[in-house]
Amino acid sequence: MILAAAEGHEGESGFHAPSIADFFPPAILFEGTPFELNRVMLVRFIAVAALMLVFVIAARRATVVPGRFQTAVEFVLEFCRKSIAFEILGEERGRKYVPIVTTIFCAILFFNLTGVIPGLNIAGTGVIGLPIVFALWVYITYLSAGVREHGVGGFLKNSLFPPGVPAPLYILLTPVEILQVFLLRPATLVIRLLANMIAGHLLLALCFAATHFLLLEAQGGMKVFGVVTFAGGFAFTLLELFVAVLQAYVFAILAAVYINMSVESEH
Amino acid sequence: MKVLNSTLFAAEDAAEPNPLLPETYDIVWSAVIVVIIAVVFTRYVLPKFQAVLDERSAQIEGGIKKAEQAQAQADKAVEEQERLLVEARTEAAQVREEARAEGAAIIKELKAKANDEAARITETAHRQIEAERQSASVSLRSEVGALATDLASKIVGESLEDSARQSRVVDRFLDELDAAEGAVPAGSSKEA
Repeated sequence: MILAAAEGHEGESGFHAPSIADFFPPAILFEGTPFELNRVMLVRFIAVAALMLVFVIAARRATVVPGRFQTAVEFVLEFCRKSIAFEILGEERGRKYVPIVTTIFCAILFFNLTGVIPGLNIAGTGVIGLPIVFALWVYITYLSAGVREHGVGGFLKNSLFPPGVPAPLYILLTPVEILQVFLLRPATLVIRLLANMIAGHLLLALCFAATHFLLLEAQGGMKVFGVVTFAGGFAFTLLELFVAVLQAYVFAILAAVYINMSVESEH
Repeated sequence: MKVLNSTLFAAEDAAEPNPLLPETYDIVWSAVIVVIIAVVFTRYVLPKFQAVLDERSAQIEGGIKKAEQAQAQADKAVEEQERLLVEARTEAAQVREEARAEGAAIIKELKAKANDEAARITETAHRQIEAERQSASVSLRSEVGALATDLASKIVGESLEDSARQSRVVDRFLDELDAAEGAVPAGSSKEA
């Protein structure tokens, strides 16, 4: 089922340029309903299963004296805790937001990584739904955190009328801040992640599709370029691995930053 | 040409979905997935790890505290031992000093006693010697008197004019005396 998309193209021959359509494969189940299942959804399920497996098993077997596996999992959790939550929010305030930051980082990391796993080959975060849900979670969290800290009025005043600015400037500044707080922050979270994953997939698919075409179907000397595109695919796979981690980190750290901007009394 | 065609087709495909517009099913499944992940993480995985981490740090802190306690106890024991040692040393020195003083006193006393005893013994010996000397002189005197009387009577019994006779008498007297001395047991018991 995972290979359904690949199989779909098998009948044809020639070069298949990857396209956005890769992210909207044909439905497998429940077509036309809100529960329509396609290949990307299945890839997500696999990523969730892997994520649950790794962390639930690690948690179940967690002991005071950690083994190698537990140490690795703890390294990731400690990274989210110390290097993201505590680093941005401070230890006292950060404690409350460690769960959201950790969950977002680990989940996005796993969904991103499916983009470079052979057989899956598409990032779970490459379709906009998942980035939107994560961004919405962050959005609600930072808005409610701000309101809880300062009250509705206090939060709005703090965010929309930054202190230390001459009053006339608010004519300019406040609309920008409104856009920032209520639209741009969540939208950039979504688009940054989505665009990175789509671009990564297109790059990888282009390299491998070209390699396939050049090595198997091109004539004579053109085959040499197949080696070049394969090397490119190899390099981009490594790059995508890095991007997968980086984007998870960026998403999580921005979540922490936005929460911090909301709860801070002055910025 | 094939390449061009396919890329052109891809670009011209009017039905190609806009990646920025979410499909309903996409949002639905994403929400389901995120809720599952969030629940499992925030309700199970993270608290579990937190508990384990807390326990670990508690154990480490407990271990450190225990070690500190043990160290303190050991320090105290060493101090106590040193104190006891010093005490024992002073006590030993004191005992030695006392013993020395006592020994000196004993020796002095014994010496005095021995001197006294010696003086007493000497005194007794002197006294005894004096007594014996006196008794000897008394008995000698009485014996000499008796002998003199005996000799005198013998001399008087003979004629004293002849000097030859006179010496004969004396010799005889001495012989008799010797003979008497030869028969000491009978003579001496008779005399005592």
